[in-house]
Amino acid sequence: MSAVAVTGMGVVAPNGLGTEAYWKATLAAVSGIGRITRFDPERYPATLAGEVDLDPTDRLPGRLIPQTDHSTRLSLLAAEEAIRDAGIDAGELPDDQVGVVTASSAGGFEFGHRELDKLWRKGPEYVSAYQSFAWFYAVNTGQISIRHGLRGPSGVLVADQAGGLDAIAQARRLVRRGVSAVLTGAVDGSLCPWGWIAQSSGGRLSGAADPALAYRPFDAEADGYVPGEGGAILVLEEADGARARGAERVRGYVLGHAATFDRRPDSAAPDTGRGLRRAVELALDDSGLRPDDIDVVFADAAGTPALDRAEAAALTAVFGDRPVPVSVPKTMTGRMCAGAGPLDVVTALLAIESGQIPPAVHTSPAAHYGLNLVVGRPLTLAARTALIVARGFHGFNSAMVVGAAD
Amino acid sequence: MHRDVVISGIGVVSPGGIGVKPFWDLLVSGRTATRTITRFDASPFRSTVAAECDFDAAAEGLDPEDVSRLDRATQFALVAARQALKDSGLAPEELDPCRTGVTIGSAVGCTTSLEREYVAVSHAGRDWLVDPDRAVPHLYDYYVPSSMAAEVAWASGAEGPVQVVSTGCTSGLDSVGHAVRLIEEGVSDVMIAGATDAPISPITLACFDAIRATTPRNDEPTTASRPFDRTRNGFVLGEGCAVFVLEEREHARARDAHVYAAVGGFASRCNAYHMTGLRPDGKEMAAAIAAALDEAGVAPDAVDYVNAHGSGTKQNDRHETAAFKRALGDHARRTPVSSIKSMIGHSLGAIGSLEIAACALAMENGAIPPTANLHDPDPECDLDYVPLVAREAALDTVLTVGSGFGGFQSAMVLTRPGRVGR
Repeated sequence: MSAVAVTGMGVVAPNGLGTEAYWKATLAAVSGIGRITRFDPERYPATLAGEVDLDPTDRLPGRLIPQTDHSTRLSLLAAEEAIRDAGIDAGELPDDQVGVVTASSAGGFEFGHRELDKLWRKGPEYVSAYQSFAWFYAVNTGQISIRHGLRGPSGVLVADQAGGLDAIAQARRLVRRGVSAVLTGAVDGSLCPWGWIAQSSGGRLSGAADPALAYRPFDAEADGYVPGEGGAILVLEEADGARARGAERVRGYVLGHAATFDRRPDSAAPDTGRGLRRAVELALDDSGLRPDDIDVVFADAAGTPALDRAEAAALTAVFGDRPVPVSVPKTMTGRMCAGAGPLDVVTALLAIESGQIPPAVHTSPAAHYGLNLVVGRPLTLAARTALIVARGFHGFNSAMVVGAAD
Repeated sequence: MHRDVVISGIGVVSPGGIGVKPFWDLLVSGRTATRTITRFDASPFRSTVAAECDFDAAAEGLDPEDVSRLDRATQFALVAARQALKDSGLAPEELDPCRTGVTIGSAVGCTTSLEREYVAVSHAGRDWLVDPDRAVPHLYDYYVPSSMAAEVAWASGAEGPVQVVSTGCTSGLDSVGHAVRLIEEGVSDVMIAGATDAPISPITLACFDAIRATTPRNDEPTTASRPFDRTRNGFVLGEGCAVFVLEEREHARARDAHVYAAVGGFASRCNAYHMTGLRPDGKEMAAAIAAALDEAGVAPDAVDYVNAHGSGTKQNDRHETAAFKRALGDHARRTPVSSIKSMIGHSLGAIGSLEIAACALAMENGAIPPTANLHDPDPECDLDYVPLVAREAALDTVLTVGSGFGGFQSAMVLTRPGRVGR
């Protein structure tokens, strides 16, 4: 079976808009986490987030502004960059041969909050004519497809934070079945008071007011995570097809993927990372690689002790005593739900391309996890392959293996 | 070797009845389950009719704690999944958890619970900075609807791939289509796949009112859904769920399972035209149909029945009629086409799976459900829409299609299991 190549990438992140700005900030260990400015967070138990602030008016056509949530605008920007990067916007490919598969988590939630507010405060006749599609989970795929005239097989998956990798895997499946190119990934980011209390409801957010003391995965002091806005959109193509159309460069390959699901949580039988381990092993099988072939891991890094322990257990079970470097760039962006996995895939490919593994910030890894976390500054490493792990609330596990361009 | 996929179990929660039998009885009777909304006072809205499920969670055996915690659509999915597993005859010990997955389609997830909780935390819309102390501890489960698939997976013991598919009103076709791919490529042997939506709530009514997508025929609730009729003026909102047990064919054969149908082909396209609008030419839906037929290895003139999207909006029924003509050629005029939305309304993401269930049952029972309320066909809709009365027919190849906001167009071909195999 022919290889599936990444030929384009677009990024929106709290520490950088655009792939280049993001990568520069990430290698410089610049965090985008701060106190929420989108609304007054004072009365809420958590007050920090990785916001992507953006004035869309000079970046998107005016007609799109009233009909889009912030997260959709961000996804349109990421898609635009990915298409430009891949050089497929010039109508080189038949439009019915290019698809769009994104993951969503909560849809355009801020847009939905505004319309719920109008409905309940003022009445049905005040609800926007765009509400029927601006908030729902399929919106980003639909808007990207319309903006770029893409008519191929498309889709939308939801699996909490694991969904972004699942979407890329679905895009790979479509490419393997003969679709010329697929835009894929996910962008989240819809900060509003209503969404904020929903995210806070499980008690998993860090209550710290100081970013340096908040999201600290694998730290002995870890006490929760910080949500972030952003993510990435990628262009996937069959490698020979990309070459045939004269694609400027291949950024890397998607080599393997697997998704598994955990049993219902049971206080008598805590999460041992068993399901995650199986996902990693199946993804390695799918890629035809062995654990020893993996040069770097991009961890899920939940930031709560029980989940960090489970992830560390799965990784050490797979890699044994070998101290494979573990990177957690999301300590600089916050956890982006569906957007996190795709951004980690982009980051992994950039790390492979540059030989620089980005560091985690704000965290001092506890020795008992047995992980070789890259902290403080980038690690210089001639990596050829990377494993990306993403876990979603309720038990979703997803693992992806990517490799260097030739 | 190609791995074929068959449907070996069906579970249904529908307006008009819970379970496969009342669902099928309603469909072949030509009766309708649309009525004036009873779930809340809908009088401030432009459209006040819907197809509601008479669903008693306790009578369906759901745990009271689950009922208070789970969105209505998730409750539907648990009940339908349990029915489907029972119908399939698969005992829990016959399921290999790691080789079993779940895909649940839903257009709007837990929207009804989200709205209910929003009303509580905002003090009925008074406060923009909502009150965290009034938030239920499981609010996140409504916020990200993958909780729906998680609950089904936990209840059925699946530990393979578990996902929600949310492509608007094609979710119910795309969820099953996605599950079929996972079996075909060897990731799973069994998938519990289907779709659920319970969208009948003020915000959903308001959003469809705002674009005049739903019918204002409030004085004739039982005949308000009129696909392909000259007098149609919008769809009737519905709710419901269908879940299937899908199996790799040899897996089903080895245990001598009853098989309803095989999924011969599936395809989807985007129209890249408009988030809610459809071009009248039906080009992308026709492309999806052609691709699904091609995968099934059947010629267009082998299609015995088409289950239409048939929502009853002006633009949809015209768009779809054009798509059938484009994809099936002259055979479109000879092929019975019907819309069960005339009877059970349009349950958004769920309806695609309910329509697959209708197709499988049509093949099983040798009968085509009619299009109810079709007395005066629109001259622009000039195919055989099986008006009013069900029709007996031996069905070997059935096509079902869906069309959704976002521009999604999907098509699936069901075939006799013996005929699968390329």
